[in-house]
Amino acid sequence: MELRSNEPSGPIEQRWTEHKAHSKLVAPNNRRAYNLIVIGSGLAGGAAAASLGELGYRVKCFCFQDSPRRAHSIAAQGGINAAKNYKNDGDSVFRLFYDTIKGGDFRSRESNTWRLAELSVNIIDQAVAQGVPFAREYGGLLANRSFGGAQVSRTFYARGQTGQQLLLGAYQALSRQIEAGSVTMFPRTEMLELIVHDGAARGIVTRDLITGKLDTHIADAVILCSGGYGNVFYLSTNAKGSNCTAIWRAHRQGAAFANPCYTQIHPTCIPQAGTYQSKLTLMSESLRNDGRVWVPRKKEDVDKRPEDIPAKDRYYYLEERYPAFGNLVPRDVASRNALYVCNDGLGVGPEVDGQRRGVYLDFKDAIQRLGEDVIRDRYGNLFEMYERITGENPYKTPMRIYPATHYTMGGLWVDYNLQTTIPGLFAGGEANFSDHGANRLGASALMQGLADGYFVLPFTIGNYLGTVRKLPPLADDHPDVKRAVAAVEARVDKLLNAPDPKHAPEYFHRKLGGIIWHKCGMARTREGLQEAIEEIPKLREQFWREVKVTGSGEELNQTLERAGRVADFFELGQLMCIDALNREESCGCHFREEYQRDGEAARDDEHFQHVSAWEWSGDPEAPTLHKEPLEFEYVKPSTRNYK
Amino acid sequence: MSDQLLNLTLHVWRQDGPTDNGHFETYQAKDITTHMSFLEMLDVINEDLIEDGKTPIAFDHDCREGICGACGMVINGRPHGPQRLTTTCQLHMRQFSDGDELWIEPWRASGFPIVRDLCVDRSAFDRIIQAGGYVSVNTGAAREANEIPVGKLDADLAMDAAACIGCGACVAACPNASAVLFTSAKIGQLAMLPHGQPERQDRVRKMVAQMDAEGFGSCTNHEECEAACPKGISVNWIGKMNRELIAAMATAKDEVEVRGK
Repeated sequence: MELRSNEPSGPIEQRWTEHKAHSKLVAPNNRRAYNLIVIGSGLAGGAAAASLGELGYRVKCFCFQDSPRRAHSIAAQGGINAAKNYKNDGDSVFRLFYDTIKGGDFRSRESNTWRLAELSVNIIDQAVAQGVPFAREYGGLLANRSFGGAQVSRTFYARGQTGQQLLLGAYQALSRQIEAGSVTMFPRTEMLELIVHDGAARGIVTRDLITGKLDTHIADAVILCSGGYGNVFYLSTNAKGSNCTAIWRAHRQGAAFANPCYTQIHPTCIPQAGTYQSKLTLMSESLRNDGRVWVPRKKEDVDKRPEDIPAKDRYYYLEERYPAFGNLVPRDVASRNALYVCNDGLGVGPEVDGQRRGVYLDFKDAIQRLGEDVIRDRYGNLFEMYERITGENPYKTPMRIYPATHYTMGGLWVDYNLQTTIPGLFAGGEANFSDHGANRLGASALMQGLADGYFVLPFTIGNYLGTVRKLPPLADDHPDVKRAVAAVEARVDKLLNAPDPKHAPEYFHRKLGGIIWHKCGMARTREGLQEAIEEIPKLREQFWREVKVTGSGEELNQTLERAGRVADFFELGQLMCIDALNREESCGCHFREEYQRDGEAARDDEHFQHVSAWEWSGDPEAPTLHKEPLEFEYVKPSTRNYK
Repeated sequence: MSDQLLNLTLHVWRQDGPTDNGHFETYQAKDITTHMSFLEMLDVINEDLIEDGKTPIAFDHDCREGICGACGMVINGRPHGPQRLTTTCQLHMRQFSDGDELWIEPWRASGFPIVRDLCVDRSAFDRIIQAGGYVSVNTGAAREANEIPVGKLDADLAMDAAACIGCGACVAACPNASAVLFTSAKIGQLAMLPHGQPERQDRVRKMVAQMDAEGFGSCTNHEECEAACPKGISVNWIGKMNRELIAAMATAKDEVEVRGK
């Protein structure tokens, strides 16, 4: 396998323009001859399907939800970055590029990241034109705020529902193309296999989630925008249905998987309340602007009411350990320190599996200083959400928070054209590994999904089609197609007929998530990862022996859907641990206990300034590693320091 | 946080498919902690059903944080249950008391055929949006975002309407199973913004015609929709839609084509 990034050379600010100028095009009257498949209807998929439909291609778009409007992009709260410099505070494309490269801890490709920053301004124009109701100033111009520690105000937002509004903008553009007949939408339909013919991606096998019917769809190119794999942890801020099946099936067909160990943990989530918990809820990290993080200094105080613990017995650990940044240290530092104090037995809240995993986020001082009205104005909706979930009033008693998995920077390896290592197979949004390196900055997930969907894929797909010209027809009864269908049938059958059925899929998913969370979570060690690599195959074997799926494959069967997704998470989880073990350095969100300097992450540029792209070997325990070296011409690698 | 355990009797609507008659099935939910969400309680019931070799209860859900609009069931006669401004997934068991008897049903409306158990087909909502709930602007054709100012009040009002999550509780709550709150919210949002003006009259006529073609009932001002809406969408948008429609019909230059179901 050869990893060719296909980056243009020359001055970085000219690369995307030059690349477009020298790429192949498909003439408007020829576009109707091409069939394209888009998996997922979130920001990347919805935007790509709509834009490709507008261009005149024949597009089929698939989502597992009952409507394309429900994709999990909808849950993003904070905002979207764009280098508009409306605030006159010194922002520029270069600065957004620089911040993204540095935030990614020098593990992303400069050319891609520059393009992302460059396209950010077009996204805002497009969304506004669609009727996305961004926040405005009294003069009628767009409002901005500073987000996630950025030194400029470049974040556009629509109350706390920016993801929802941007997604509905893309959904409405998609709806217009559905009405126009250029896009055919397949809701409640799941992709279960990729069809590869003559070395190129040529179609998919799907299951209709209502009837259970398997279908094949043949196309000239397949675009995966199926989101991230955070649910490998079982508990995460992802939607319950978010899954890795589309990208994992593609990986098994030959698409390299890049940097699977780069998973982002968000520090301000509502802690787990019990073993029955089904998901974790994120609260905007803007809360850390006014809240003070602490735990009791003494173990015997952990079950006391926080109000009864005097100031001298409170351990404001972030303020003490990081006097310069205090409660506003970056996400990974805040998360890791919460883990450490809880490991030391100072965690608060209910015991789950024998441990208290929570720290206080206290607004008492801020309320005293600013008044309850100001705090209500700033965080009222978050406080209400917290109270609805926990039954506690954060105006009166400190919130309890704990980190949770939020975003996965790893994903399918793609070149500058967002093409995977399988020709004709593209990946956009969180499904690819591009742009964010080892850590993603706040308010940049929406930006990347929409940049890929609206502006990159519609163009690079044209370049691909213009290069390969017309592909030969592929009949539904071709052996390559029949083989893919047979593989899906066999798998469904295996899930429905385990030899010794005992437990629902969740039982195994929870156990898998526990292993990954404790051993491949916020802080990783060689021993822990080695243990995980031993434990996961045993659990996977038990899953295939004991998974219990009632009902049949020929009906709406949500247990069967979940079982298939859990099966893929087992293999992906294995790869994550292998990748984390292999990367003997700490970078971004990947923190290896062995590799630190004065308690801070120690990156090893000499040995690990590369993308780790894994090739499927047929054995989930022995993937093949390929490396794409990373070069930094415009931003010199530097070391973070928050002390 | 104090833990309290509840024992509840659940009567859950079970229906194999759109043509099946359906019936209530009774389950005992035992030792349910008050910190569980309503859907987590159903997860527990379902896991037990699976381990007993039975078919679990089908229900739609996804984000479980009240924004995707996938979940929704009628609990003791109220869409999304007893707590105001709260989706089913955000409803927690502390809203109930030990010994409660709960009747759990799907949305019931001819515009929302039942798929299975508590899952319904809400594709009619998608078709209403497809009929005109957008601004026709191709990717790349947008002008610089700040060239057209939008007054803050108009932008805020547009956002109020745009907050709709498309869950369908408004339809389920309405004695006529009317979809006007949903439809009017999108019409109202785009009518408030300068970008929505060129298609304003066409949009309201097409969307209303599609809404009628889907078999939803008429609005007779019960305002149950607003009371059930987890996002608090105001019935004022219905009045706005009616004014938009009258104005559009009075000045219409052509007939609207309705694609139908």
